[in-house]
Amino acid sequence: MNGVRERLASRAFTAVAVGIAVLWTTPTLGLLISSFRPEEEIKTTGWWTVLGTPQLTLDNYGEVLSGGGNGSGRLAEHFVNSVVITVPSVLFPLVLAFFAAYALAWIDFRGRDALVVAIFALQVVPLQMALVPLLKLFSQGWLFLPALHLTGPARFGQVWFAHTVLALPFAVFLLHNVLAGLPRDVIDAARVDGASHGTLLLRIMLPLARPALAGFAVIQFVWVWNDLLVALTLSGGTAETAPMTVRLASLAGTYGNEWQRLTAGAFVAAFVPLLVLFSLRKHFARGLLAGSVKG
Amino acid sequence: MSFDAVAQQPKLLYLLQGVAAFAAVVSLILLALHRGPVRRRAAALILLAPALLLLTIGLLLPGLRTLALSFTGTGGDTWVGLDNYGWMITDHRALVALRNTLVWVVLVPAASTAVGLLYAAAVARSRFRTFALSLVLMPMAISFVGAGVVWKFVYAYRPAEAGQIGLLNRLVVVFGGEPRQWLVESPWNVLFLIVAMVWTQAGFAAVLLTAAIRAVPPELTEAALLDGASPGQVLRRITLPSIRPTLLVVLLAQAIGTFKAFDIVRTMTGGQFDTGVLAHAMYDQAFRYGETGRGAALAVLLFLLVTPFVAHQLRARRRAG
Repeated sequence: MNGVRERLASRAFTAVAVGIAVLWTTPTLGLLISSFRPEEEIKTTGWWTVLGTPQLTLDNYGEVLSGGGNGSGRLAEHFVNSVVITVPSVLFPLVLAFFAAYALAWIDFRGRDALVVAIFALQVVPLQMALVPLLKLFSQGWLFLPALHLTGPARFGQVWFAHTVLALPFAVFLLHNVLAGLPRDVIDAARVDGASHGTLLLRIMLPLARPALAGFAVIQFVWVWNDLLVALTLSGGTAETAPMTVRLASLAGTYGNEWQRLTAGAFVAAFVPLLVLFSLRKHFARGLLAGSVKG
Repeated sequence: MSFDAVAQQPKLLYLLQGVAAFAAVVSLILLALHRGPVRRRAAALILLAPALLLLTIGLLLPGLRTLALSFTGTGGDTWVGLDNYGWMITDHRALVALRNTLVWVVLVPAASTAVGLLYAAAVARSRFRTFALSLVLMPMAISFVGAGVVWKFVYAYRPAEAGQIGLLNRLVVVFGGEPRQWLVESPWNVLFLIVAMVWTQAGFAAVLLTAAIRAVPPELTEAALLDGASPGQVLRRITLPSIRPTLLVVLLAQAIGTFKAFDIVRTMTGGQFDTGVLAHAMYDQAFRYGETGRGAALAVLLFLLVTPFVAHQLRARRRAG
């Protein structure tokens, strides 16, 4: 009796899971199918009729990547911008937080505990609290800091700066937890052998912290690549420096019914993070598990 | 074709310069640490200086400056006392944004954690776990802007006599209803935006809860099943209590993320039709209307609302380990 009931119940669980999986993938599937359909078809018939009118085309992708018209996505250019924005915005906080976390975890100095608490506490400051002054800082200068008036590609520098700063409190928190948890005798043995801080950092901490570093890097990569708010305020919004998210958001606003561009554009923008998700799934999951408080 | 490869070169050059400059700084730091015995205090200072400098200039001082700006007028140079806060509790759009934010913060964590929990309970011990989790994580990779586009398409509206291209209206028509403009009709449009947000968040909950469920000793659940408990009872009586700390971490993380939700609202409605939320209203005031004072006041409110959640989260994370 029990066996039957139990099997029925666990079947119910499986059914719920399958239902959720279908519900969670169907909207994406619809968009993906639509991105390959000709404009007139997308705008007049639903994507579920695709089997009746199996006309597929790559025109939407060509148009959204590098079409000549005003409403074209020009996403190829914005793709380059996304790459230029993301690489340093992952690298900089990763390295700087690693250094800071090591100092906070393994070097004894006066005021250390207070500093740890202060940096951790900065996690409460939401990105919105910093945006206006950051923009003013770059355009007007502040206190002893001169106005920079960054133009052209130099605007990327503003975005790198913002992403690096916003990632630091969380990154230091995460890496400090990992480094502080390493076995003391390993580090002490190396110190007795006369290892310098540099050697300790590169030869001992780096290999041991590699999974945590990779987890943070993957999460930060997806976060920066997908960010809209920082880019919108600090990148300048032109094809010269704005990332794909900014362009896609503006297409959704101005050309909200041009589904042939929006569908293809959404996938062009999502292609790299999806690749990262599926190829580095382990690191992605580890990064998610490691921490969940972010600017 | 309008892609101009030559025009991309200055950007890539700037990227190389930036990375090279950073590498130079890092090398200097490592070099300084390598040269003979460095005193502990000096070593700590060298390692911490870049992060502390950036945090001070980029986060601490700007945060304080935003607080100060919230007491100033449009240009940011006239003192107006509490006027901006007074505006916040009388202006229709600001109040709607506040109301919506509270609805979001209650519904998004509750719904996405519930979905994530059911999913996690079903797939935690399954062979297809990895694949199953990837499916619900996909929305996270697609970005909030992409999610906005995905759901705008689901909600797309065509007049009744035309063929529907949006899935939701298609279903409504199939079941004999009239197609509706889901994103226009207030107040229910708020719920349709929330659905999009839940869609992006459930995967995160599923991943964390799956890990937590897998950490529950299988003997515990198997023994209960042998004693005749149903899988539902096992979930309620054994699994749920064991994963309580993770459940709290997940709920808090979702709440914190939801307070800052901006992209979905901006992409799907631009805050029109009474769908605004605080983070979006803050952006509009500060950057679209040039009302820095009001924008700053909204940012301060956001900060005050989110702080207890983050503080609680930091404590809960320590407990959950």
